[in-house]
Amino acid sequence: MSARLARAALWVTGVLVAAWLVAPTLVVIPLSFTDKVSLTFPPTGWSTRWYANFFGDPAWVAALANSLLVGVLVAVVATVLGTAAAFGLTRWTSRRGAAAASVLLLAPMIVPGIIVAIGVYAVFLKFQLAGSLAGFVAAHTVLALPFVVVSVTASLQTFDVRLETAAASLGAGRLATFRRVTLPLIMPGVVSGALFAFVTSFDEVVVSLFIQSPSLVTLPVQMYSSVTRETDPTLAAAATMILALTTVLVTGGLALSSRRNRAR
Amino acid sequence: MAALLSPVAPGGQTRTAPPPSGRSGGVGRHWPFLLIVPALLVLLAVFVYPVAHTFVGAFTTPKPGTENFTWFFGSPANVAVLTRTFSTALWATLICLALAYPYAYLMTVASPRARAALLLIVMLPFWTSLMVRTFAWLVLLQDTGVVNGFLGLFGLGPVGLVRSQAGVLIGMVQILMPFMVLPLYSVMSGIDRRLLTAAQSLGARPVVALLRIFVPLSLPGVAAGSTMVFITSLGFYVTPALLGSPSEALISQFMYTQVSGMLMWGRGGAMAVVLFATTLLLTGLLGLAMRAGRRTRAGAR
Repeated sequence: MSARLARAALWVTGVLVAAWLVAPTLVVIPLSFTDKVSLTFPPTGWSTRWYANFFGDPAWVAALANSLLVGVLVAVVATVLGTAAAFGLTRWTSRRGAAAASVLLLAPMIVPGIIVAIGVYAVFLKFQLAGSLAGFVAAHTVLALPFVVVSVTASLQTFDVRLETAAASLGAGRLATFRRVTLPLIMPGVVSGALFAFVTSFDEVVVSLFIQSPSLVTLPVQMYSSVTRETDPTLAAAATMILALTTVLVTGGLALSSRRNRAR
Repeated sequence: MAALLSPVAPGGQTRTAPPPSGRSGGVGRHWPFLLIVPALLVLLAVFVYPVAHTFVGAFTTPKPGTENFTWFFGSPANVAVLTRTFSTALWATLICLALAYPYAYLMTVASPRARAALLLIVMLPFWTSLMVRTFAWLVLLQDTGVVNGFLGLFGLGPVGLVRSQAGVLIGMVQILMPFMVLPLYSVMSGIDRRLLTAAQSLGARPVVALLRIFVPLSLPGVAAGSTMVFITSLGFYVTPALLGSPSEALISQFMYTQVSGMLMWGRGGAMAVVLFATTLLLTGLLGLAMRAGRRTRAGAR
């Protein structure tokens, strides 16, 4: 009896924690459809005027376009660099070298963002990269790389190396083996890495706050500065759209990772 | 450590494959290194160099010496920022642990389907925009927000949740939960549950078996999760800046104002050194503790 009670208590705690993890964020969805000018919850009437407001305001539209552009470029660059690096790390026979390189590759995950932000800002000012597209892509790529490396490394570890030997014995060169044998098999890891890279860039705030310029503002930065200035439900509309986009992408990424696991 | 953050823990170190046949020594053996070089170059240019530049600046800007550090540690107000940062991080860690421990335990005993759902619920917020989540908390916790409206039904409040340390903690703990749950779960799922059955068959009550067998075995997860949460909360910027009180700034906000507002690069650098040294020290201690723990367990076997 007491065991059953304990189990019930455990489940209640678990469900409460789960609700607390997910529910508060969802408040932005109904708020974005309010017909009031204030962010009072629950809304008393409904409208889509805040979405119209979002797409009618050049500042918000430009921020969205910038974030999408930077995110896509980061996904491409980080995925190419990260996949190559993960491949090199798993094949490098010098274990000590591989360990040192992987510490360096994963370091951006552990060093506090504000330290990276200050350093990158100083260096970008020096080389006139602050506020430039190239600067944003470079800075976000560094933050996104660890996720690609981890994701691709995971799928390379379940990959049977003998398949490459077989391809080579049939006369395939190293590049052909990679393109026709290895890459298709590790594709789920590469795609989920690319999705995570995009989301990392799309959500990044701290470094972007430093390196932004009036001509290049990303969506999270635009949100940050609006929150500190005035709060109107346009923010909730922006938040809802970010939420919808990242949830779709991340669910896709996680689904790919778990499919890879089942195949194991 | 970063493996704990990945959606699927890749488990262990990178595996080495046999060297390609027919080649030995020289560049031939090290060809995989060439594949890592482009990523390393980008990291060196946009990560290592900038961070090193900041650290060096702490000792050289505006003039060589330790002036920036004496400034930082010389003023009680600055030291108060540091202690506040540490106490906030400590509280966030303790609350996270209290909430995440039962959650991770539930994941180990739940059915595979429920476990997958619980895992997804932890992973989704990890990837949900920090800005969106902080904004949501701002709306919920404001004086006219949902939480105060709810309290008002009972004739309580309004309680000043926004612009207070309580608000910062509520927001931070929710965002940091995955960093605690994932390491806890990865350790707990490796614990042999037959040990609990064995203890009970020897007469231990379930609670005693749990406390004396399961909890000690889960301590490596507790150590890893706590360190992750503590380190991450030391460097938090957005959440404290939006939910906290400007008069009770944490170190990252202080760094932002010094650098972005006052262009005091050296002072910002000095704080970066202090923050980084603390992070490194804690990571090192965790590594040592884990190694010692492994040795003890290996010895006990």
